[in-house]
Amino acid sequence: MNRKTNLTRRGVMKGAAAAMLATTGLSGLAPGRAHAGTTELNMLSWYGHAEPEMIAAFEEQHNVRINKKYYVGGDQMLALLAQSPPGTYDIVLSDREYIEQLAAAEMIEPLDPADYPFDDFFPEFQKMPGHWQGDTLLSVMIRFGYLGLSYNEEALSPEDVRSYEILWNERLAGKVGHFDWHLPNYGTVSKSLGHDTPFDLSDAQWQAVQDRTSALKPQAAGFFDYGGVLSSLRSGQVLAVPGIGDWITGVLRRDGAPVNTAIPDEGGLLWAESLSIGRGSRHPELAREFIRYVLSPEGQVKTATLEAYPALLPTKSGWKALAEQNPEEAERQGMVLNGSNALDVLRDGRISLRALPAQQSLDDWNEAWSTYKNL
Amino acid sequence: MHATNATLPPEERTGPADAAGAPVARLFRSARLYAGSLALPVLIWQLVFFVAPLCFLVAMSFWVVQSYRLVPGFDAGSWAKVYGMSVFWDAYARTFAMAAGAAVLISVLAFPVTYVLAFRLSPAVRRLAMLMLVVPFFTSYLVRAYTWQVFLADDGIVNAALTAIGLPDLTMLNTVFGTFVGYVTLCLPLVILLQLMSVASVDRTLIEAAQNLRCSPMRTVFRVIIPASRVGLTLGATFCFILVFGDFVSPTYLGGGNAPTLGILITDFTKAGNQWPRAAVVAITMIATLLTVAFLAVRFAYKTKGERG
Repeated sequence: MNRKTNLTRRGVMKGAAAAMLATTGLSGLAPGRAHAGTTELNMLSWYGHAEPEMIAAFEEQHNVRINKKYYVGGDQMLALLAQSPPGTYDIVLSDREYIEQLAAAEMIEPLDPADYPFDDFFPEFQKMPGHWQGDTLLSVMIRFGYLGLSYNEEALSPEDVRSYEILWNERLAGKVGHFDWHLPNYGTVSKSLGHDTPFDLSDAQWQAVQDRTSALKPQAAGFFDYGGVLSSLRSGQVLAVPGIGDWITGVLRRDGAPVNTAIPDEGGLLWAESLSIGRGSRHPELAREFIRYVLSPEGQVKTATLEAYPALLPTKSGWKALAEQNPEEAERQGMVLNGSNALDVLRDGRISLRALPAQQSLDDWNEAWSTYKNL
Repeated sequence: MHATNATLPPEERTGPADAAGAPVARLFRSARLYAGSLALPVLIWQLVFFVAPLCFLVAMSFWVVQSYRLVPGFDAGSWAKVYGMSVFWDAYARTFAMAAGAAVLISVLAFPVTYVLAFRLSPAVRRLAMLMLVVPFFTSYLVRAYTWQVFLADDGIVNAALTAIGLPDLTMLNTVFGTFVGYVTLCLPLVILLQLMSVASVDRTLIEAAQNLRCSPMRTVFRVIIPASRVGLTLGATFCFILVFGDFVSPTYLGGGNAPTLGILITDFTKAGNQWPRAAVVAITMIATLLTVAFLAVRFAYKTKGERG
């Protein structure tokens, strides 16, 4: 019964999201409904980052109203920016691998590192590749997470998921789900083949990744969007999904579902989200204040526990605040300063940054993925 | 209604009388003008909401994408690219076969229901049944497709029932079977209603004549009722084909995107690299296919005995 309600609710949410996409189409933001005297900031981001739980406190503190425009995937973000005049968006939340393209297309403003609390960052994140061009800061990291192998704890043991090999095991015939995006899928298969730079592949290595992936097709239950992955993991319809992480299983665990994410011995990937100031923003100082707010202990706790999808924090004060305010979640995500914690896998060198293909074109990877789906 | 009018014998069709004086002719002319002006909004509607977007779609298929930006131009690159992809032709063949299969299957499933509604029920019960056939459309198709997941999942309601009576579990969700369950959900009520319009208006004297000539009930269905309801049956199957050919929901949410259809391919193109021109090529190909199928179906449905072939 519970499941039924859950699915239907998701159906409705997806319907609403689809309707929203359909009505907004290629256009920019809907006109805001701010009161006189209220400044408006326009934000372009992944789903969930401009919900009241995240932004209400900032809006109140600064007498500002944040208009949101959500995108699904980096390509759509770039498309929306390319089709809007400069100054349309004051704040842009992006995945790490797209920052370089944002800078190259002059869609974001360079930032002053002195404005942001980099001293508070764990050393690993102070000079995040992709966020800097030499000494020029382009984007400020606010949260991150790992991608590995997500699995149903009732069907698979922690021992089973120590290697990606389990995906090809007959126990998972017809039970492997795919998040319908080539990058994390090929990235984890590449890791499973032992490629240290999983996205920087020679043509022979790339062919090997494709062949290994093709061998996974008989195991595949299907190709799902965010809602589809959630519901099929929740219902037990799929038992393992490569290339996703706590950003999905964390949501389900909050709901009590027996699913988890492991980083197998071959390693995993890291995704990072960051905030930039849109080129031509009319309120750059307020946009800067917003970024500082998200990096404050208060903002960090909010973003770590975001309703849409949780994440790890790059700041020490964020970890401290989370441990004080929500020790259970801090423990669950491994954000504890003393003892073993979420940074261990990164410091072990098992994690590679999720990135765009270095030696092949994005079109090649897209086409290979379409071909795989069609096998 | 359309269908019943077309099946009337020529002498019963309504039309202007030809033996009329000049004032009457003038009256008819102004009446035609008046009728024409009433049709004008439909024409404008078609031009604004069908022809113009279609022209835009065709134009866009020749645009190019430069760093995620659509740039107007005249470049046949997207056509060459899409038509050169084996993935596209595989998806095309699959989508066509699934739509044709669904049209046949759903028509066959619908016909016994239509038959009972037309010949075995009282008019009051028939009206109630027709109302019940409209009720499913009150709920979004997307929600109905999602609801099927609860039934079709590996540990869903159907398998629980099978297990309870000692039968083995079946894999239904994320398969072609799942997709077809969605298609039936989408089309069956509509196909029954379209069939009913023709079947219910089959001339009863023809059926009685067949029976008087000792035609068996089965033979009456195949030799009298089905040929006499050709228009409704063909239109039902055609609408089913059209709806299924362009459907995105069932192959995605009940088929698991495992056998990509053209609808899924369109979303893939727009998601990856903002390739709207390539998506436009797929869409135009789909529209051309649907227009051809609809044209052939209408021709078949309304063909009179004299013009065979």
